[in-house]
Amino acid sequence: MAGYGRIEFLERGSYRQRRLRDAARMLPVFAAVLMLLPLMWPRDTPDQSLTSSGILYMFGLWIICVFVAFVLSFLLRSEPNEKDEHQGKTP
Amino acid sequence: MISFNLLVFVSIAYVVFLFLIAFAAERRAAQGRTAWLRSSAIYTLSLSIYCTAWTFYGAVGYAARSGLEFLTIYLGPTLVMIGWWWLVRKLVRIGRTQRLTSIADLISSRFGKSAVLGVLVTVLAIVGTTPYIALQLQSVTQSIAVFAASSGEVWAAADLNGAAMWVAIGLAVFTVLFGTRNLDAHERHHGIVLAIAVEAVVKLFALLAVGVFVVWGIAGGVGPTMDLIDASVQSQWAPQPSRWIGLIFVSAAAFLCLPRMFQVLVVENSDERTVSTASWAFPAYLLLMSLFVVPIAVVGLDLMPEGANPDLFVVTLPLSQGREGLAILAFLGGFSSATSMVIVATLALATMVSNHIVVPGWLNARTPGATISGDVRGVVVMSRRISIGVILALGYIYFRLSGGGAALAAIGLVSFVGVAQVLPAMIGGVFWRGANRWGAGAGIAVGFAVWAWTQFLPSFGVDAVISQSVFANGPLGIAWLRPTALFGIDGMDPLVHAIFWSMFLNSAALIVVSICTFPNPLERIQGAQFVNVYDYSSGARTWSQSAARAEDLLVMAQRILGGAEAQRIFQAEAQSQGKKGFLPDVTPDFIGRLERELSGSVGAATAHAMIGQLTEGAMVSVDDLIAVADETAQIMEYSSQLEAKSAEQDRTARALREANEKLTALSIQKDAFLSQISHELRTPMTSIRSFSDILRDSEVEDEARKKFAGIIHDETNRLTRLLDDLLDLGVLESGQVQLNVATGLLVDVLDRAVMASGVHDHDLVILRRAANEAVSVNTDLERLSQVFINLISNAAKYCAVDAPELRIIVRHLNGQTVVDFCDNGAGVPDESQSLIFEKFSRLEDAGKAGGAGLGLSICRQIMTALGGDVTYLPGQSGAGFRVTIPAEIALAEQ
Repeated sequence: MAGYGRIEFLERGSYRQRRLRDAARMLPVFAAVLMLLPLMWPRDTPDQSLTSSGILYMFGLWIICVFVAFVLSFLLRSEPNEKDEHQGKTP
Repeated sequence: MISFNLLVFVSIAYVVFLFLIAFAAERRAAQGRTAWLRSSAIYTLSLSIYCTAWTFYGAVGYAARSGLEFLTIYLGPTLVMIGWWWLVRKLVRIGRTQRLTSIADLISSRFGKSAVLGVLVTVLAIVGTTPYIALQLQSVTQSIAVFAASSGEVWAAADLNGAAMWVAIGLAVFTVLFGTRNLDAHERHHGIVLAIAVEAVVKLFALLAVGVFVVWGIAGGVGPTMDLIDASVQSQWAPQPSRWIGLIFVSAAAFLCLPRMFQVLVVENSDERTVSTASWAFPAYLLLMSLFVVPIAVVGLDLMPEGANPDLFVVTLPLSQGREGLAILAFLGGFSSATSMVIVATLALATMVSNHIVVPGWLNARTPGATISGDVRGVVVMSRRISIGVILALGYIYFRLSGGGAALAAIGLVSFVGVAQVLPAMIGGVFWRGANRWGAGAGIAVGFAVWAWTQFLPSFGVDAVISQSVFANGPLGIAWLRPTALFGIDGMDPLVHAIFWSMFLNSAALIVVSICTFPNPLERIQGAQFVNVYDYSSGARTWSQSAARAEDLLVMAQRILGGAEAQRIFQAEAQSQGKKGFLPDVTPDFIGRLERELSGSVGAATAHAMIGQLTEGAMVSVDDLIAVADETAQIMEYSSQLEAKSAEQDRTARALREANEKLTALSIQKDAFLSQISHELRTPMTSIRSFSDILRDSEVEDEARKKFAGIIHDETNRLTRLLDDLLDLGVLESGQVQLNVATGLLVDVLDRAVMASGVHDHDLVILRRAANEAVSVNTDLERLSQVFINLISNAAKYCAVDAPELRIIVRHLNGQTVVDFCDNGAGVPDESQSLIFEKFSRLEDAGKAGGAGLGLSICRQIMTALGGDVTYLPGQSGAGFRVTIPAEIALAEQ
């Protein structure tokens, strides 16, 4: 948004926070793509794409998502200022 | 063998326990100790009402029938929560700043506090949720029936119905007691939230306990369980891509749009930071809830007799293994899932019904303009209590009418798709300022209609609502309107078909109608507030200077918020304005704030309408906005005028400064001129006086006397000439010269000038080309000739070479006639070229030329008066002067 006199380049700390927010935004996108991956598994013979492998894959993915979300939420929690929120789209 | 009475006793004890917990939480909250009630853990657990009895019991059945597809119901919410930075965070912030009370309030408030949209969303929510409540009642009665059967009794339908009725009544009492206890300005219910948090723990613990028992107690560990899974009918996992994607999408949408989910996710949230914790904790909760679903299903299919209902494996499997305690725990888990969902869903719906249907209707029914009398607070609370009863009664009736059969099992997904119709309006409203109420209304209405036609009505079965012929041939024989093959696209999965067309047409209607229509000012203000919620911390100022009196507002606020709360708000406002007492000045800010407080109790549209009654419609209208815009334009114009004036003053000042400099320079010139002229006059006067003295005082010889008289005569002539020149110059400079314009040939003028200059061939050879000189000119010929004479005699005087020559060349340049006078002398040095036209400027000794140095100055003044010019022409062999005769006069005669 023009008119706020936004800052083009940020100092290191704020820059890191911005990238963490980017990570928080991107996490569900990656998770969604990986959730669709099993649709492409081969299913030519009965011993392929076993339900047990599906369980291992899906729950493994789920645990990783929870872990990454946990780390991100911990890091974003320490965010000191909410005031520069309107600059959230600054690259 | 477990006795049925024991089960009833345990159930009642559990319910009493929940009542006590809720009661304790309310008491603590009343004492102001709410910190732990607002903790992240409680918030995360309260989100678990997403897992209803349908997921507690039904997930196992789903897995037994369709394998891993049941996971989609949990993956959607997982994506929403780990992507909280996109949407949930924004919704929570909006919910807090706008004091939202429900999802209908969100839509209504965003789109200009539209009452119609509030009603539309409320109706959609009731239609979508009532069957779901019926499903919960069914699951509780079915699980009770299992225990009854195992104790040797077989329940008749009447008994089941009776049990369902008692459960419904119990839930109604609980919800009324803790849901409508206080008309909180923040619409937060600590008792209910804590109770459902406890239930969340119970159901998770119950499911995990059954799962652990099945995997390690029956199957014999993880490895054997996996082998069992791969040996079952569901050995290969072959998801249908369209269903997989569609179900993940619709469960994510429902997670956001289900009234009960919005209630716990946004309305009951009091601290944004708890969302950050829930972003990972809630997915983890869902993961644990679904971890043992497949093992329970597979082991159940393996052990239970053919034809056993897989939906009830969670209870029947421990029961068949003689684990009655575990079975009771599982029953309590299912009971918890069902009751917590029903309580919050009923509460959310009741809030919507009372805020968007009952109270506005009640206000409208009163004579317009009259101030509000009677206790609105009582009306709101009573309407909520009645709504709770009615909604639960509707659920019960639906349960009875549908017969509690398998038709109900499918209602979960039907309900999901139904409430998801709010999603486009929600997303559009939160991210797109261009979305307006016409678009939102059109989108929701279209989505609602398509959903009802393609999924809701067909879900009752063929010939129940829609006849077989309509399924096969479309309504009135219109084939492209067949409920399962819209636009003639046949063969899609019915669920995916309904999801796709309802969401697609819904979004398309929202976008197209929003683009084609225009929002009102309030909508635009609200739109900016919602979309840019992080930029605005304060609310919108939608009230202009109002006619309302503080006392009227206080009276009304007391009726809605209660005396103590209203007085507290008014007193705080008065204090912040620096006033004592309870009555602050009625400023637009204060009215805006008060409206938000009220909307926390009765919804945005109603609060807006009530304030509107008191302020006599003093809200912002288009005219007001135009007036404001005009005022702004006027101010801008005024300021640009000021700017222009100041620029003009700058210019004037600069001009004055320049004029001053010029005057100073002129004054210096005048001084120089005077000293010059006195010098010029004194020199001849001195010699005249000396010679006349000699003639008077002494005896002078005749010869000498003659000589002296001659000198005196010459000097007098010189003086006369000087004075003539000065007079001439004075007349020319003042611009009062009389021009005697006549037409003549240039050659005649030149002839006369050469003759008059008295130059002889031995002094100066004048070279001319008569052919070029036959030009007719229309000007003051005498004056022009004077200029020529001056230039010719100058050449004669200053051209100091052995054979002086003067070339006089007439040319036509750019349509003008120019006459060049070029001699073969030394010329004028560069540095002096700009000075020669000045008065009294002479390049050499004055005596030699015998002039006062006014000649060229007079020439220039004459040519200027004639409209032409005389300039020095550099780059010739000697001195060159160019006389330019004005074009128009010269040309006119040709």
